[in-house]
Amino acid sequence: MVLLQNLINALQWGSFYALIALGYSMVYSILMLFNFAHGDIFMVGAYIGFGVASALIALTAMGAFALPGWLILVLTILFSMFLTSFVGMIVERIGYRPLRAAPRASAAITGLMIGIILETGNLALLGAQRVSFPSMIDTVTYDMGGVFVTNKKIMIVVVSLLLAGALHQFIRRTRYGMAMRAMAFDYVVVPLMGVPLNTMAAMTFALGSALAAAAGILFGVAYPVLDPYMGILIGWKAFVAAILGGRGSVMGATLAGFLLGFIEIFVAMIFPSTLRDLIAYSIVLLILVFRPHGFFGEAYSARLRL
Amino acid sequence: MLLSVEALRVSYGNIKALHGLNFEIDKGEIVCIIGANGAGKSTTLKAISRMVPADEGSRMTFEGKDLLEFAADKVVSQLGISHVPEGRRLFDNLTVMENLKLACFARKDNDQIKKDIQRVFSIFSRLDERQLQKAGTLSGGEQQMLAVGRAYMSGRKVMLLDEPSMGLAPLLMMSMFDALKEINKEGTTILLVEQNARLALQFAQRGYVLENGNLVLAGPSAELLEDPEVKKAYLGG
Repeated sequence: MVLLQNLINALQWGSFYALIALGYSMVYSILMLFNFAHGDIFMVGAYIGFGVASALIALTAMGAFALPGWLILVLTILFSMFLTSFVGMIVERIGYRPLRAAPRASAAITGLMIGIILETGNLALLGAQRVSFPSMIDTVTYDMGGVFVTNKKIMIVVVSLLLAGALHQFIRRTRYGMAMRAMAFDYVVVPLMGVPLNTMAAMTFALGSALAAAAGILFGVAYPVLDPYMGILIGWKAFVAAILGGRGSVMGATLAGFLLGFIEIFVAMIFPSTLRDLIAYSIVLLILVFRPHGFFGEAYSARLRL
Repeated sequence: MLLSVEALRVSYGNIKALHGLNFEIDKGEIVCIIGANGAGKSTTLKAISRMVPADEGSRMTFEGKDLLEFAADKVVSQLGISHVPEGRRLFDNLTVMENLKLACFARKDNDQIKKDIQRVFSIFSRLDERQLQKAGTLSGGEQQMLAVGRAYMSGRKVMLLDEPSMGLAPLLMMSMFDALKEINKEGTTILLVEQNARLALQFAQRGYVLENGNLVLAGPSAELLEDPEVKKAYLGG
């Protein structure tokens, strides 16, 4: 019973890690770049979700339209994904595009700076007070033979899997997805195919940021307290999941995100919770010693010049 | 005149790779640039395809348009200049078909794309048999075919070829150059750079000799093949 209960919790945490890891993984595989601001884009996405949800709820209360809670949630997710994708594109345009030919370490440092700017910018804008994420749907708990599952948990896992699946299909089946796969192998040569690199970079950041926003809102639904630093630890952990999943693999990042959720929850089952991350990430380190390229790392040419 | 290059200078940091090249190419020509390793042959092609920036004062015009106003992807998709880079640089993780389709990324003429792909397969029938195979699993000769096929799909007014003979067995090399002749006959202008000077001069109508970033000699291939300096330096005496 306890095992099953924890399994469900692990699935929920894994969903957050997976969605954020996808953004890390895409940017890394396509532009050979670690976007260390990505955890903070998750945070920004959660706040944008907070704003959108509050606005929709207020409009409903004013009688502008009568929307059921679930529809407000769906609209919040979609609208926030859309808005946050622009945050990602701006970060790429201002922070990373000028550095495309620069050493990768410069880009990584820039990412950390952007992260701090997003955190402190939020602090300056909204103050240090935590905000509570509006509740759009009521929690319904299902008792499945002693294992308790809430509608929110089911929704979080299902939405995450749907989004990861949609991304996978996009990359497998569309022209842009094909260009992304080509870039993951050798991005330098891609312009010679008539593919505009800047468009592809902007699109990749937009997709990753949209997924991070979805994660932010789902997180807000499960843990309805937001603060400007909420993206740091979860972002680092998702980064670990992206590495664990393997370069350029949507499936890998998703599975690794869930695996991380499982490892954390099950370690906490056995050991005191203060030791959770210490032990959990020692396990991850051990996995990486034996599989340094992660689970599904795809080949790439590693040539950074034509 | 199709392509004209004037005072082309390229630097990598403090190192000057090209010291002001002047050359022209007419429509339908096959022109080669020969030279030793490090002479700047690849850099010349990369400057034309806008993969490396040209220094201030360089001028390049293509069909009367200022080439320097086009970004690398637009040189391909809008001007129709394709570039087969050194070492082929195929997408090993994509199939033969996907490599060809990716080269049409900016094209909208779907009917013509289908015909062009069929044309590539008729020129290189080996690729036809391997449509769904990953490019990384092809043999060296097949990879070169795909690299040329990809260029054929992406832009066909001019094809820039960087060492198409590299790593090919003599027989394959001959059939590769036959295929290029055929593509040229259909209207594609070809500029190739080669270390294998004899082969290049036999294939091209005209040639330039590049030494340490300067064009030192130019002329019809037949003349260059007889030139004592060229003979001594590039044709093994």
